[in-house]
Amino acid sequence: MTGAEMVVKTLEKNGVKVVFGYPGAANAPIIDKLSFSSIKHILTRNEQGAAHMASGYARVTKQAGVCTATSGPGATNLITGIATAYMDSIPMIALTGQVTTKLIGKDAFQEVDITGATLPFTKHSYLIKDGLEIPKVVNEAFHIANTGRPGPVLIDFPMDILKAEFDYPDEDEDISIKGYKLIGKANESQVKKVAEAIKGAKKPVILAGGGIVISDATNELRKFVKETDIPVVSTMMGIGTIPTDSPRYYGMIGSHGVKRANMIFNRADLVIVMGSRLGDRTVANIKGLEEGNKLIHIDLDPAEIGKNVQPYIPVVGDIKDVLEQLTPLIKGYKAASSWIEEADELRSRFTHEPFSDDNGFVNPKYFLKVLSEKTNSDVYLSTEVGQNQIWCANNFTFTSPRSLLTSGGFGTMGYGLPAAIGASVAVNGEKPVIAVMGDGSFQMDLPEMGTMAQWDIPVKMVLFQNHRLGMVHEHQYLLYKSNYQAVTIEGKPDFEMLAKAYGIESGTVTENSGVSEAIDKMMASGDSYLLIVEVSPFEPTGDALNEATLPKKEDN
Amino acid sequence: MERYTLSVLVENNPGVLSRVVGLFSRRGFNIHSLSVGTTQDPHISRITIEVNGDAQTVEQVSKQLSKIMEVIKIKTLRDSEIVKRGLALVKVKVSPKTRSEVIEITTVFRANIVDISSNTLTAEITGHDRKIGAFLEMLEPYGIEEIARTGMTALERGTNTLKIDK
Repeated sequence: MTGAEMVVKTLEKNGVKVVFGYPGAANAPIIDKLSFSSIKHILTRNEQGAAHMASGYARVTKQAGVCTATSGPGATNLITGIATAYMDSIPMIALTGQVTTKLIGKDAFQEVDITGATLPFTKHSYLIKDGLEIPKVVNEAFHIANTGRPGPVLIDFPMDILKAEFDYPDEDEDISIKGYKLIGKANESQVKKVAEAIKGAKKPVILAGGGIVISDATNELRKFVKETDIPVVSTMMGIGTIPTDSPRYYGMIGSHGVKRANMIFNRADLVIVMGSRLGDRTVANIKGLEEGNKLIHIDLDPAEIGKNVQPYIPVVGDIKDVLEQLTPLIKGYKAASSWIEEADELRSRFTHEPFSDDNGFVNPKYFLKVLSEKTNSDVYLSTEVGQNQIWCANNFTFTSPRSLLTSGGFGTMGYGLPAAIGASVAVNGEKPVIAVMGDGSFQMDLPEMGTMAQWDIPVKMVLFQNHRLGMVHEHQYLLYKSNYQAVTIEGKPDFEMLAKAYGIESGTVTENSGVSEAIDKMMASGDSYLLIVEVSPFEPTGDALNEATLPKKEDN
Repeated sequence: MERYTLSVLVENNPGVLSRVVGLFSRRGFNIHSLSVGTTQDPHISRITIEVNGDAQTVEQVSKQLSKIMEVIKIKTLRDSEIVKRGLALVKVKVSPKTRSEVIEITTVFRANIVDISSNTLTAEITGHDRKIGAFLEMLEPYGIEEIARTGMTALERGTNTLKIDK
């Protein structure tokens, strides 16, 4: 069996059903052998699209998405997608072709040291030196990508090895990686300390992070919150762990969070962080968190604890396990009603019905509210990066984990459309997949509409069109004295005509009064659809300009 | 800021050193010295890294290193817990007049003379970096032509070892 056949056979053994990729000389043997397998290969328009699709696929299926690219530029085009997956702890396998073994290091045609280049943002990587190790390495790669704190793993295959003949081992070797140990049960005495701290707290708050999604601990969290009544705020990656319309959820915190959530977070005397790295966009005032014995940090990755903020009580463990241990320990505890009242008062004071009169533009916040209602939130929604992302995070009603697909850590423009394609492949028509985009980010991976069209992958595209790079535009308004530079998108195409060129239906809505009908039409279409939503260039990212905790000058 | 020594057992694979060193540079940690060599098990190497930093930083370094697949075990050690040695080769200018003085210094420091020519002398010294530093300082006035120094390597004192769990 050839090396490439061994790759494909091991992929099949690992349950892979689809590979997103782009062929070239070096990975051609894999593409060739995929065609004789049960695995579908979806040709994308750029390798970056393949990586994002694998990422979107993984976010929905909870299993590593697989992408492939050839050596050199093919491999480097994957990089943004790999880094995006790494920052959001998304399991992914990237299979790259490499030049022939004896040419490695000779600056051969289309040669690049891709394992070296991706070292900082892969969970692990391999360069295959011997075809016999292929089954072991591929099995290990899936194990590493999917377990513990998930992440991307890259395997680089020199093309001579892919073409050479080897004997596939009769039995799989047991996976044993000396330096990779999964975290066991959380330390009981630490969990007890957490329980005691909660019982002693007057104003506790839970910060729900993406770790809850990864750990599949949504039900445990919801049960915990139901029993304790502790208010919950979330990071962007934690959105949907608690339904965003539930009475104890108060919104996303951080520089683009909502004021009510930030205020509740700041007023709390005990902050229980679950599965968040407490990054710079989430918390600015680190000192405030470190003072007063108020921070409990629960994370599966020991390196996250104390990296950005020193906690009062650290707990290393899987959130699900920690919640299962913790819930019985605080039986009978309820958060003080005065604290709930205070939180509710902040919510009612800082939550406004979105403006919905006609004024020549569509209010994206109103649009997203209507979209939630019309779809009953029973969709996967991907975002790009920029205003569209924040509008979605703060205004769409997310009721289940994994329903929001967004590049939280890396902030990758061009992510949303291919991620939606990957998600749509994963759900296979069972749920609608909506990609919300801006007219800047849409154009970053716009050719992937061709992938949608070629493979009949339905995606509802919502394009918030303001003819600007809206978030930078707002930034320049606030911090650069309205010196708008490099933010107006000139020479943009007529997007409706462009959709038509790909055979995709489209529509445009320019007034709030047209939103309902426009959404109905989009959702009724059995196929992909592009809905252009005309929004004002001065539509703020936050509720109002003074509501979000906007970056300060010294932050830049 | 204190000096810590990280003793790191790694799989003896190509590329493992770049994974370890790369992590230091991209996370903004500084390496004071580094040395690598195989252990009694040829599949396992020991990387000894000296770092300067506060306890929290060093703990973070150690946690980040633990995440590298090929890193099997790490121990953070204080100077009082270990014997630590480095090696330096130093080529000093000598004349017939100064040669015997230089030889005398090497004897005092228990260094070895490993090469000699009509106007140079090369000495080898092992020891703690303070000892090596003092030796080099003594040779300075004669004119040091070249120095080659290794990083420190270390073992714990007493019966403690950095064992790999089977």
